[in-house]
Order: sequence, then C-alpha cells, then structure tokens
Amino acid sequence: MTAVLPSRPQRPTGGRLVDQFEYGLDAPICLTWELTYACNLACVHCLSSSGRRDPRELSTAEAEAVIDELQRMQVFYVNVGGGEPTVRPDFWHLLDYAIGHDVGVKFSTNGVKLDKTRAAQLAATDYVDVQISLDGATAEVNDRVRGTGSFATATRALENLAEAGMKDFKVSVVVTRENAGQLDEFKALTDRYGAQLRITRLRPSGRGADVWDELHPTQAQQRELYSWLLANGEQVLTGDSFFHLSAFGEALPGLNLCGAGRVVCLIDPVGDVYACPFAIHENFLAGNVRDEGGFQRVWQQSELFADLRSPQTGGACTKCAHFDACRGGCMAAKFFTGLPLDGPDPECVQGYGETALAARDAATVKPKSHLDHSHTGPVRGQPTLLGIPAIPSKICDESPLAGLDLR
Amino acid sequence: MTAPAGPDVTAVFDPALPWQKARSVALRPEPFGALVYHFGNRKLSFLKSRTLVAVVEALADHPSAEATLVACGVPETQRPAYVKALADLARSQMIEERTSVPPTTRTLAAGPCTEAV
Ligand code: SF4
Ligand code: SF4
Repeated sequence: MTAVLPSRPQRPTGGRLVDQFEYGLDAPICLTWELTYACNLACVHCLSSSGRRDPRELSTAEAEAVIDELQRMQVFYVNVGGGEPTVRPDFWHLLDYAIGHDVGVKFSTNGVKLDKTRAAQLAATDYVDVQISLDGATAEVNDRVRGTGSFATATRALENLAEAGMKDFKVSVVVTRENAGQLDEFKALTDRYGAQLRITRLRPSGRGADVWDELHPTQAQQRELYSWLLANGEQVLTGDSFFHLSAFGEALPGLNLCGAGRVVCLIDPVGDVYACPFAIHENFLAGNVRDEGGFQRVWQQSELFADLRSPQTGGACTKCAHFDACRGGCMAAKFFTGLPLDGPDPECVQGYGETALAARDAATVKPKSHLDHSHTGPVRGQPTLLGIPAIPSKICDESPLAGLDLR
Repeated sequence: MTAPAGPDVTAVFDPALPWQKARSVALRPEPFGALVYHFGNRKLSFLKSRTLVAVVEALADHPSAEATLVACGVPETQRPAYVKALADLARSQMIEERTSVPPTTRTLAAGPCTEAV
C-alpha cells in the first residue's frame, strides 16, 4: 500500500471524552440558532450586534427545512436566540414545529413577549426551556447595560412564568465587572421565582468588543468568581463557559475545551454557519444552510471545521502547567482582542493574557466582524453605559417595538 | 449536574436481570461510540466505545445483561467495567429493566451481537 501521509492528525481510539471531542462529532451537541437580527433592545455587549432585521433572513419554509435536517442528524435540541427570537412572527410556529420533530428548544429572550398567555402556553409545552436574560440583580446595574426598562420587562416575564407554573426556567446572566459582586443576589432573585441561575462569560464579540475593556471582570473578580463557582457550582449552570478559570487550580466541572466547530456551532439568521456564536467573523464562516448539501454538508465537510478538529499542539499555552485544565481558553476572546489563537486567553488567570494584551503593538488592528445590525438611530430606553443620555420613554408609547421594522 | 453518585449502584442495577435501552432514549452514532439522549429528562450522556453501543442496543434481545455481554464478545476481564458502565446508565435512566422477557424461541434465536464493528 502506498503510504499517504494523513494531512490531519488521526482520531485516537478510546481515551477521555474531552480528547475525542477535539476531533469533532458527526453532529453538534450544542447548536445555537439565531432566528433574527431584530431586537427591541440595544444591549451594549450584544454578541451578534443585533438590532435590525436582515432582509435575507431564512423564511418560515427554510427554517422548517433546517429543523427537518436537524431531526435527521439527531440534533436533539437547539439553543435558539437572536436578536430577540420572539419578535419573529413565526417564532411560536417554529417552536411547535421543532418540538414536533424531536428537536427540543431552549430559547433566550429578554422577555418582551412573555405575557401571561404565552407563559401559560410554555408551561404546557414539553421539551421547551426558557432563559430570561438579565445582567444585573438590580434595575440600576442591569439597565445601564441592557437599557432602561429592561429589568422591569425581564422580571415581569419571570413573574408570569412562575405564576403559570413553568418548571426549570432559567435566568441567564453575563458576568461583568459591574455585576460580578451580585452573584449571591442573582441566586436569591432566581430562587424567588423558582428558577435556575445560569451565568456565562462576557466575550469581546459583536458590540461586546466595544465595551470589553471596561466591562470584563478584573483578575480579583475572576478569582472570587472561581471560588463562588466551586462553592455553588452544583446549583448553577455555566454552559461550561468559565473553563479558563480552571487554571486557578481545581478543574471546574464540565467540558473543559473550546468546542468551536467541534461540538458547537452557530446558524445565524441568514443561514450562515459559524464555528461558534461568539465568532461571527468571515474567518469562522464555514458555509450556509442554503448551499447544496445543507447544514449537514457544512458541518461534516467544511474545510474550516476540519481545521478546527484537531488538538492544539503548538503555541505558548501548550507549555503551561495548567494547559490540560484551561486549554488556552476561548478562541473568540483571543481573536477579537487581536491575540494569537495559540497563545493565552486575554483573561488568562496566570496573568499571561494581560502581558500579551500589553505587548500588542500599536499597529495591531483588532479584527472586526463584517456584520453589524445595530440600530442606527436612538432606541427607546437606550443603555447608559456609554454615557449616551437615555431616550426617555413616552408614557403613552404602548408598544416596546414601536418604530421597529419587524416584518 | 448529573444525579448524585449513590453508594447503592448495585441495588439499582442487577446484571442477572433482563434490561433494555429505555424507550424514551435515542442513540446517535459517533466515531468513538454514541451520544445518548433521554427525551424525558433531557439528559445527555455518551457511550465511549462501539462495543458498549452494541451492548446497549442488544440488551433487549437477551435474557440478562450478563448474557448480552457474553453475546457481544466482551472479554471476561473487561466485564466488570461494562457492568459498571451499565449501572451508570441504569442510574441515569438511560436503560431500564425489562419486565416482559422475550419468548424462549426468541431468546435462543438471539445469536452473537452483530453490531460491534
Ligand atoms: S470560541 Fe470561546 S465561546 Fe466559542 S466555543 Fe470556543 S471557548 Fe466557547
Ligand atoms: S497560559 Fe494558556 S493554558 Fe496557561 S493558564 Fe494562561 S491561558 Fe491557560
């Protein structure tokens, strides 16, 4: 037999699951599907720079076809987000369609559409999970980031869900410098509604890149967060997103690896498939579900994903004593801060990230996404973090979506 | 989080009894084994070898879990590890005790496990 050198490392037989995952799976475990770029809010750290609907967004029929394909591939559930997914008029239809095709749905919302009727409907539906986004345990902290009135909207939705007897709904928090001290308060708030707390990491993706410097937790906060997770980890979900903190010592429970293109991916509102929801950039674009062969072909055959499906063998991190626990951290966080992908995470708990950030030369251009669906004009209840004065909401202005093009 | 590890694993799982893949569970083949999904409790788990996948699929065709291991050609030295893996799956309700034993003819007809690749 003529020996053909494999161009890519071969998957080993047996061994740890995490090592197997580095070589990818036949279908994703954790697929995020953003249904629309439209959103009633304008959160300062939006990972997808959402605001305005994109005219090329998938039609209802196209979205159904994606669900059919996910069913065939045995993707048992999807994380649906946006934008604000519930402002799509066919959202509730697609929810039922997915559940009817063995694709469970976990969706994230700011709560704008979760009135009592919808809450009751959700409580009566199996295989649906709801996550309400909240980035402060108090209106003051939350609304600076998510916009005036957004705390009230979210807590009203939580009340409605609790009242409807919904089980296992979640409060989803992105940990920032401003709310890192509120973890116990978040826990108390969540318990009050009989919900579960989920906290995840802030990444410099989308508009998050503009505020990352001032909002990402300090080193001291990261250490406190780590201790808090060790103490409370059992009752709190994290999406395994803090695995870089494992380099403090004891590994955090969960999957400690970057799953981008390996076990995770994103289908964006126009059907583009990216390696990760935090990596909306041409460099991580693997294809489109509208292409021949659909999503399955993109997932299983794209060059980009094949490249991502191998263990990291070089770079500074592989020499670090904590590499096995931390794996060099988050690819997206490195990429959007202009750091090399095989070097330390910008929030490396050993401090190498800060050194690397400081060492970027003045000529370093931080990569920017080619997409921006941010609102172009002022938005009702605009966040105040950036020092922009809030647009006062008019009392008679009933619809929070007033003035938005949500066709 | 998965269910707390109870000390009485064996109380839940008796390899001498007939078992089957739980009815609300689906297996998705993967290069290293399979992904296991329970539609009821929405738990996700993994089978880390193809032989284990074959064992789980074949449980329903044999009079006991032990017999399944034999039929699937699991070497004797490895059987304790497989019993432990099955006990874990029983605890997380991925496999369930089978109440209706297959008819004798069917039990006899069940040949060696064909799924192990
Ligand atoms: S790029 Fe970051 S957010 Fe995306 S899968 Fe990797 S570690 Fe997670
Ligand atoms: S140097 Fe790399 S592997 Fe080590 S702790 Fe920092 S980010 Fe993690």
